[in-house]
Amino acid sequence: MSRLDEGGLIDRTQGLAFTFDGKVMRGFKGDTLASALLANDVQLVGRSFKYHRPRGILTAGSEEPNALVTLRTGARAEPNSRATTVELFDGLEANSQNRWPNLACDLMAVNQLASPLFVAGFYYKTFMWPAKFWEKVYEPLIRRAAGLGALSRLPDPDSYDRGHAFCDLLIVGAGAAGLSAALGAGRAGLRVILVDEDQRLGGRLLAERHEIDGEPGHLWADAAASELEVMDNVRIMRRTTLFGIYDGREYGAIERISDHLAEPRPGRPRQRLWKIFAQQTFLATGAIERPIVFGGNDRPGVMLASAVSSYLNRYAVAPGKRPVVFTSTDSGWKTAEDLVAAGVTLAAVVESRPLQKVPAEQLRATGVEIFTGAVVTDVVGRRLRGVDIRCADGSRRRVSADLLAVSGGWNPAIGLGSNLGARPEWSDQLHTFLLKAPPPGVTMVGAANGHLGLGAAVLDGMQAAARLGGLLFKPPRTSDDRTDSAPLWHVGAHKKKAFVDFQHDVTDSDVDLAAREGFTSVEHLKRYTTLGMATDQGKTGQLNGHALLAAATGKTMEQAGTILSRPPYLPVAIGAFAGHHRDAHFRPVRRTAGHGWAVEQNATFVDAGQWKRAQWFARPGERDWLETVNREVTQTRSSVGICDVSTLGKIDVLGKDAGLLLDRLYINSFSTLAVGKARYGVMLREDGFVMDDGATTRFAEDRFFVTTTTVNATKVMQHIDFARQVLWPDLDVQATSVTEQWSTYAVAGPFSRALIQKVFADIDLSNEALPFMAAIETLWNGAAARIYRLSFSGELAYEVSVAATRGDSLVRALFAAGAEYEVTPYGTEALGVMRIEKGHAAGNELNGQTTAGDLGMARMMSKKKDFIGRVMAQRPALIAPDRPALVGLRPVNDGDRLRAGAHLLAPGADAIAANDQGYVTSAAYSPTLGHSIGLALLERGPERHGERIVVHDPVRGADVFAVVCDPVFVDPEGVRVRA
Amino acid sequence: MRIPCPFCGDRDSHEFVYRGDAEPRRPNDDTGFYDYVYLRSNVAGPMQEHWYHAQGCRNWLVVTRDTCTHEIAGAVLAREAAR
Repeated sequence: MSRLDEGGLIDRTQGLAFTFDGKVMRGFKGDTLASALLANDVQLVGRSFKYHRPRGILTAGSEEPNALVTLRTGARAEPNSRATTVELFDGLEANSQNRWPNLACDLMAVNQLASPLFVAGFYYKTFMWPAKFWEKVYEPLIRRAAGLGALSRLPDPDSYDRGHAFCDLLIVGAGAAGLSAALGAGRAGLRVILVDEDQRLGGRLLAERHEIDGEPGHLWADAAASELEVMDNVRIMRRTTLFGIYDGREYGAIERISDHLAEPRPGRPRQRLWKIFAQQTFLATGAIERPIVFGGNDRPGVMLASAVSSYLNRYAVAPGKRPVVFTSTDSGWKTAEDLVAAGVTLAAVVESRPLQKVPAEQLRATGVEIFTGAVVTDVVGRRLRGVDIRCADGSRRRVSADLLAVSGGWNPAIGLGSNLGARPEWSDQLHTFLLKAPPPGVTMVGAANGHLGLGAAVLDGMQAAARLGGLLFKPPRTSDDRTDSAPLWHVGAHKKKAFVDFQHDVTDSDVDLAAREGFTSVEHLKRYTTLGMATDQGKTGQLNGHALLAAATGKTMEQAGTILSRPPYLPVAIGAFAGHHRDAHFRPVRRTAGHGWAVEQNATFVDAGQWKRAQWFARPGERDWLETVNREVTQTRSSVGICDVSTLGKIDVLGKDAGLLLDRLYINSFSTLAVGKARYGVMLREDGFVMDDGATTRFAEDRFFVTTTTVNATKVMQHIDFARQVLWPDLDVQATSVTEQWSTYAVAGPFSRALIQKVFADIDLSNEALPFMAAIETLWNGAAARIYRLSFSGELAYEVSVAATRGDSLVRALFAAGAEYEVTPYGTEALGVMRIEKGHAAGNELNGQTTAGDLGMARMMSKKKDFIGRVMAQRPALIAPDRPALVGLRPVNDGDRLRAGAHLLAPGADAIAANDQGYVTSAAYSPTLGHSIGLALLERGPERHGERIVVHDPVRGADVFAVVCDPVFVDPEGVRVRA
Repeated sequence: MRIPCPFCGDRDSHEFVYRGDAEPRRPNDDTGFYDYVYLRSNVAGPMQEHWYHAQGCRNWLVVTRDTCTHEIAGAVLAREAAR
């Protein structure tokens, strides 16, 4: 065990058992998986993406590129979890990834032998030829050989919540700067939200031995947290990662509510996705330490110095027994001191700067070997056994070691700030990029703002808050915090592979190669080498790559630049974005008032937009849906049927100018419609194509009732609002959707009048009183009702409406009244068959590509008034005589079946697009006629009635001969509807 | 993104339906319809756009949005802008 005997912020009273690759291990509450693995002397944690090189733990935070594991098993298994941020819990199961057969002996590591093939841009080079090999051979090969963890392919058993929050000040990161800003702002009464990805507030204060006001920094953080906790105006969100900055000062955050538990508590979500709207935001996101590029820098046992400090100080784990520190920063010396303080035998400190006086002179007294002006060129061993040092005088030394702590400098964590496109700027003082012009409402604070020292960070946080009205307070005394550094991107000559991007296996020679091949911008470098494109987005290594590119191309860092970061900052589960909108809740379901009745009548439902509509009502003994539908059609045409048509869009249009507005919306006139009458109307889009159709009824001079097709209800409402608000704002007219206010039932068939009469005994339903296309307002059981004499089926028919609250009662009353006529409920299929038999255009014909002329309604277009689409509908191509227009089709042989979507060809013509004359839009078996029928759009169709044509359906069957005919198959004179 | 609806106040952009450039005006005579229906300028910078508060007050708005920064400068009722 590498656990130190004392110290750390772990709870030694709470031991936890977990497994890694099936092996049982123990840790403590407060551990991360990474610290617990290190405490159990596990150095090898994963295999790399491309070369399957053994990898260990590089960092102690969310920037980790190497230590990716699959957490949990079964449906909850989550691949690519960063061991460095996974909170340990009892029973945790973790498994290594991308290895076969196991982690220690990964046969796929042979990829390394083929590494000349895997250089930058290898997939553009090695696998180029022959092209047909790509899909079948190369891609599967690469996918098998390279990769990370795999998904379980099981449905996610957890739930995800969604939250919205608003604040004056959002503070991202609860380290020294974030806490100090929160204290200032919170004490002044600002509405503050403080988010931190950790379970515990404090940031680096938890990982370092700095003191504030003479006490350990983590105690100051605890005190600050306690004070903030009780402020009503401050909300602290722990275990919450801000993953993106969006337009309009909106921020996306993911709160991990249950990830530190084996599984969510009953009724609790796993995670909650937050949309936070903040007037002002502080990115107190700290800084991320840089590795250095040298030979074998990816070997297990090479770790960032800051991570070594974290494991020592926060988790009381010594990641090695004989460490060497390799640094170009003052903070690296802090780690050296931490190691000595923890009682670890420090083998050597290698400082790249040629310093006369090192930042920790007192270390010399401990006998530690100190090399200044020196670098580590290579590590020895597949697992670290030692390091090769090139000394200031050029001599070589090999020092044995099992841990190498590396500090190459600090990159302020500015990634989030560049989400909206703000350009990072190079700082010569800090040797890194800063975000000097963050997006509106965003302020960089603390180390993220380049104030790397503790005292400076605390002060910056407080002052930033004060600029927004926060209270100033006496800055606490902080222990000495040296932050000098010199840039050291690369050590020069080395023997072994030296990595720039650990997760994607990009080496220094890949960067050189890219530069030689002309990929000299950082953006091209990224795409060509995949540098920074892994799940860690290059948080640790990317800048080294850009520095190497700058060196290779003779540019300064300022000229080379760096890339912007895109959301999400960390991978976010798709389930979190979906939230509750999954499975049955993916979209809302709308049920009509008569749904329950339809269920009782054994309805099979179909989705029409969000609506559930009854498709047919099967009866015992019916073999298939066709038999059911045929029976519904026949029974309706011979007797009477009832169909729920409540889903049709319904819009009240009211006001003095209501008729005028409708005249401008429809191709035909409504201002001339008599009160108590209904009229069929067609509306166009402004480009001249048909948009929608439906019947409109006038109930008073200034009161119209418009119906739309089910699917276009929303679109037409919008369109009407646009017309009356934007196009003609001076018209005195109001419109409102009443789709859900009315339940409407079509009652169709020869006995429909008799049936309605039984329910509305007092109403005169005679042809004289209520002729075809008339409507009346009346009462049913004392409440408002309407009876329209409309027919979609072509039979004598009525539509009866009551308030939706009474819809269920009405349909039951109608159905009961119809018993003596053997009434049948009918669904959308029978409705469709009857409308095709009547040649009525519907959704298949109103497909956005047809004109009124195409549908045989050219003469409906008024010449006396302006209407939307009038001018554009007259464009030559839209009135060309050879446009496909609506016809009916019947098969030459009664047994042949016509199918919608089939194309029409002249007999003998080759089945090629050039010979295409049109297509079948709707088709059905007509039980009335005893054969299949179709509606089609055919070139010059109306002139070609009686002609034979080939209905070509290469997908579903052979060609069928059909005869072109009038689209109205049943009762073309319209005798029945007027009966 | 949030849109300052003159009727409802600041609301989430998810409540709105986007239509597009508010600049073209429907011609009063038969000429100019092609431009009205099809021609749009590709504005880089502040642009007047039609948004519909579908899940709110159902007002059409003219929203001024910078296409480069997505910054929304303000919104007025389209009914009033049209007059």
